[in-house]
Amino acid sequence: MPKTADTHEVLVLRLYVAGDAPNSRLAIANIQAICETHFAAGHKLEIVDLLKHPMRALPDSIVVTPTLMKLHPLPVQRLIGSLSDTNRVAMVLGAR
Amino acid sequence: MPKILTGMQGFDEISDGGLPQGRTTLVSGGAGCGKTVFALQAIVNAAKKTRAAAIFVAFEESTRQILSNAAAFGWDLPALEKKNLFFLDARLSPEVVKSGEFDLIGMLALLEAKAKKMHASLIVFDGIDVLLGLLDDADAERREIYRIRDWLATTGLTGIITQKDEADHRRYSFLQFMVDCVVTLRHQVVNGSAFRNLRIVKYRGSGFAGDEFPIALTAEGMQLTNRGPTELRYKVTNERISSGLPRLDNMLQGGYYRGSNVLISGAPGTAKSTLSGLFTVAACKRGDRVLYVSFDEGASQIVRNLQSVGIHLEPHLKSGLLRMYSTRTRGPNIEDQFAALRAQVRAHKPLCLVVDPLSALSARLSHLASADAAQQFLDFLKGEGITVVNTSLMDGLKTDEATATGISTIADTWIHLSYVVQDGERNRALTIVKSRGTGHSNQVRELTLSDHGVTLTDVFIAQGKVLMGVARWEWEQEEQAARLRTKVEAELKRLKLQLGQAEAAARLLVVQTEMEARSAEIAVLADATGSASTLLMSDRATMRKLRHADEEVRVPSGSAAKTSVAGSPLPKPPANKQQSVTKKKAA
Repeated sequence: MPKTADTHEVLVLRLYVAGDAPNSRLAIANIQAICETHFAAGHKLEIVDLLKHPMRALPDSIVVTPTLMKLHPLPVQRLIGSLSDTNRVAMVLGAR
Repeated sequence: MPKILTGMQGFDEISDGGLPQGRTTLVSGGAGCGKTVFALQAIVNAAKKTRAAAIFVAFEESTRQILSNAAAFGWDLPALEKKNLFFLDARLSPEVVKSGEFDLIGMLALLEAKAKKMHASLIVFDGIDVLLGLLDDADAERREIYRIRDWLATTGLTGIITQKDEADHRRYSFLQFMVDCVVTLRHQVVNGSAFRNLRIVKYRGSGFAGDEFPIALTAEGMQLTNRGPTELRYKVTNERISSGLPRLDNMLQGGYYRGSNVLISGAPGTAKSTLSGLFTVAACKRGDRVLYVSFDEGASQIVRNLQSVGIHLEPHLKSGLLRMYSTRTRGPNIEDQFAALRAQVRAHKPLCLVVDPLSALSARLSHLASADAAQQFLDFLKGEGITVVNTSLMDGLKTDEATATGISTIADTWIHLSYVVQDGERNRALTIVKSRGTGHSNQVRELTLSDHGVTLTDVFIAQGKVLMGVARWEWEQEEQAARLRTKVEAELKRLKLQLGQAEAAARLLVVQTEMEARSAEIAVLADATGSASTLLMSDRATMRKLRHADEEVRVPSGSAAKTSVAGSPLPKPPANKQQSVTKKKAA
């Protein structure tokens, strides 16, 4: 992903998943599709597998999987679920 | 079955050893029943007693909230948190956007890693209903619950799940089937008073007591209030201690037994508190530590009021022997009320305790559970060997009222104070209704209060009525007058009799004198007669000689006398006299 000069435009996301559990797999597919559709210009997506790195759930207080964190632009926004309602998710993430 | 002690007084007994180890327990109940306290107490106890580490997953409250709520219990959670307690704040903020299904796999992965790291053996899921509510789908709820269950089974952790079950308790009823032990907590309001109860609904593979038990939230945490040893093993002494009133001690043939329970009942203003005060002072003077518990009346007010009848508590308050604890009836939950009293007892370690008045709670005591609480409290005091004086507000001797509170049964000595209204005045009367193990007077005594103190006086019974107050005084005066009258009368009679005696003696003297006179007369007469007859004989002989008669003619003495009278007039009066004397003698 190429870095753009204007960081305000860049969408920074972190998705917490649990291995290949159905909801997690769905969420990965959904967020990738949303990013490509709405944020092709600039986005950064980190996928954290809690089964591999369980302690990473602590700093962000992750209770359920999948959980999507929009870290940038502020405010931080948290979404839970398989993100199946893609239009709504895109809107929450700031798509125009 | 291996079990984990909860350290909760009573619960470990009714569950035959605590919660099932390596299994899951469901604690359900309405809001404010103490579910969180129950779970926390179990892990705190395990952490303190066996150094077991535990994880607390909070779905409803923040860690900070939980810590501050638990601060009241003196468990020192912050210190434990540093060592072997881990709190996970598992709340989902309301701003979270939900889209599609989700699961708990990630969280369980975290918990598993954490549990391994800290060697935890216990885990609490507090407020799982909040999480389930978020899932908002019956299938998903069930799926996640089973996920937790399977996870618990594979990790081998001892689980405690708490769940709110008010309006829609049927919704999560499947929870009850998947766990091994179910404890329900209930909050109920009876006559405006709140009661908390605990019941073990099921316990796979273990015996348990299935009754509903009242619980209290005390300074040490939750406890079942009416669980004590079933066998009564009180230490019994023969030591008598003063009631503070010497005459009452006499009526009880030596005072109260140490460690006994004394109930002083009576109408308002019958000096129940005064008797309690006397007992308190007597105890302090002996050097006994005393705890004076009052309801709805401040300590300073009691001190002042007792001062007016010459009972001084301040020196003992200052010396620290006496502690006064005042509380409101309409304070916390009644179980908590008694739990607070227990804490006071443990802190002050009194030998004597006054509860004035225990019946302040009577409105609440009408409920069986709270009567039970009162009884349990008294039972606890008895077990500690503390002499207890309770006062109880009671108009008349309504035994049903007393037995309703169950206090009369547990009371060893029951003193009743009443008003006797008579001749326009009210007087206080004291009777001993019962006193176990001591002989006691059946007499009614009048209790009088003055600046100098309290006195017990005999009452008078006249015309089948008990006399008190002025009537008694009048009676006393009257009786004194009557005594005087009787005394005077007796003296008078004595004098009269003496007079009679004197008269009789005088008469006797007269008769004796007369007797002597007569005897003298008789003697004289006899003399005279003797010489007269000799004279007569010689006269006759002389006459015969003169007449030349032959033989003496025999004549009866009477006629002889007549003859002699005719013959000689000289001896006539003596002869007559002799005859009259003889006649008198014959008479």
